[in-house]
Amino acid sequence: MSFASVGFQTLLYKETLRFWKVATQTVAAPVLTAMLYLLIFGHVLRGPVAEYPDITYTSFLIPGLVMMSILQNSFANSSSSLIQSKITGNLVFILLPPLSHWEIISAYALASVVRGLAVGAGVFIVTVWFADLSFVAPLWIVLFAVMGAAILGLLGIIAGIWADKFDQLAAFQNFLIMPATFLAGVFYSVKSLPPFWQAVSHFNPFFYMIDGFRYGFFGKSDVSPWISLAIVAVFFTLLATVAVNLLKRGYKLRH
Amino acid sequence: MTAIQINRVEKSYKSLKALGGVSLAIEEGEFFGLLGPNGAGKTTLISTIAGLIRPDAGSVSIHGHDVVTDFRAARGKLGVVPQELVFDPFFTVRETLRLQSGYFGLKNNDKWIDEVMGNLDLTNKADANMRSLSGGMKRRVLVAQALVHKPPVIVLDEPTAGVDVELRQTLWKFISRLNREGHTVVLTTHYLEEAQAMCQRVAMLKSGQVVALDTMSALIRRISGSQLIVHLASGDLPDDLRHLVSHDEHQNGNKYSLRVNEYSDVEPILARLRASGAVIDEMQLLQADLEDIFLQIMDKGSL
Repeated sequence: MSFASVGFQTLLYKETLRFWKVATQTVAAPVLTAMLYLLIFGHVLRGPVAEYPDITYTSFLIPGLVMMSILQNSFANSSSSLIQSKITGNLVFILLPPLSHWEIISAYALASVVRGLAVGAGVFIVTVWFADLSFVAPLWIVLFAVMGAAILGLLGIIAGIWADKFDQLAAFQNFLIMPATFLAGVFYSVKSLPPFWQAVSHFNPFFYMIDGFRYGFFGKSDVSPWISLAIVAVFFTLLATVAVNLLKRGYKLRH
Repeated sequence: MTAIQINRVEKSYKSLKALGGVSLAIEEGEFFGLLGPNGAGKTTLISTIAGLIRPDAGSVSIHGHDVVTDFRAARGKLGVVPQELVFDPFFTVRETLRLQSGYFGLKNNDKWIDEVMGNLDLTNKADANMRSLSGGMKRRVLVAQALVHKPPVIVLDEPTAGVDVELRQTLWKFISRLNREGHTVVLTTHYLEEAQAMCQRVAMLKSGQVVALDTMSALIRRISGSQLIVHLASGDLPDDLRHLVSHDEHQNGNKYSLRVNEYSDVEPILARLRASGAVIDEMQLLQADLEDIFLQIMDKGSL
């Protein structure tokens, strides 16, 4: 495939325009939710984080909330678009043209990245005023934000293809994405957990996305950002391969 | 050149055999009708041509490109109007058509989009959201979407189901023009008079099998010819004309329905009646139509 192909560009444009036309629901609402999290938890849990004595809890929380919003909204973008198109039947407009599997996957995933980053930027802009944030390694911030959004965009594609009904997708979101995100260290340092739960957290790929992202701000993390990057890259490759294979097989799309 | 080549295509859904080894060749420039009752396999066959359904066996190619192994080239040559009235509620008519052009690799396609909208009476709805359109208007947009890339092969799956006379006339005028310009057209419809008026050749499907395949004129000629209805005021039908009485036409008193193949068969029958002393009170010549043939074939299962 080529990123210069008109088919890919058009599908990316359509998927971006789709969420932008309802930006109140797809961008503004999650920004407000994250803001509420910050106000409530930041108020209740003032003071430094035990594992990082020179970082206040509010400062610690902001990157976690930004990344959580990026991940959840990236997933929501591709998954909701696909399930809506499947249920209303208009997915046929994507299935009839000569779009390659890679063009379809890339366009849906990239549009998810755009939405995830738009929401993440919104959350960052409204929360940054509440703490003194440092930006030790901005490239790590951008890298983990983009990789995390792309991974959740791919997961959204897989879930959107797999689900036949809205409640199946909601189950995927509520029983998999939400717990995996919350238990990945958005609100706490994994180091603060008992050893068993620390070990369990290290099997959660979302933990590496959030930990690596936070490293970009503070230059400190629970594991080395290089290890996080390697795990994130493997996870990305795995999901991209699964998504393309589902499309190649026509799983639940071409009967 | 063959526009659509279908070779022994089979498709089953659990125990239901939707297509049982269908083979067809539709030539470039043809206006081809695919007819059959509900559940005959028409939409399954069209979906297989469009690549929306993967056949269990057999193959389909569009202009020589296999719809599975060479799907990009095949899909680029095909425009499909789906049977279901589907639309994307996020966009206007013009946005919808621009997006569909883009999916087929076309940028700056507004000139043709305007022409298609003009021909389908959509111009004054160009900036209306899809949600706000009536069913008939949505159907027009579906047709327009299938035509944005000027496909050499156009497949219409019941495009006039539940739409008004005006749209039918507008649609057929435009599709006929495209067919005259060389586009191959494949049509499924339950309106047999439409198929008879538009199609040069017809395939009839029943239970996933092709039970008739011929040109429209040959099909009409082969099955039943015409009927000469004579109502005799006095006298009786001579014995040597009785073999012309249609076996499936009821004989009502001295009213007879006689099978004639050509107009030239009529005069000898009338002469024989006069010679026998019979007096004709009323007479009518009825052309067989596609509906008669359809009913005969569906009743018997084959020609």
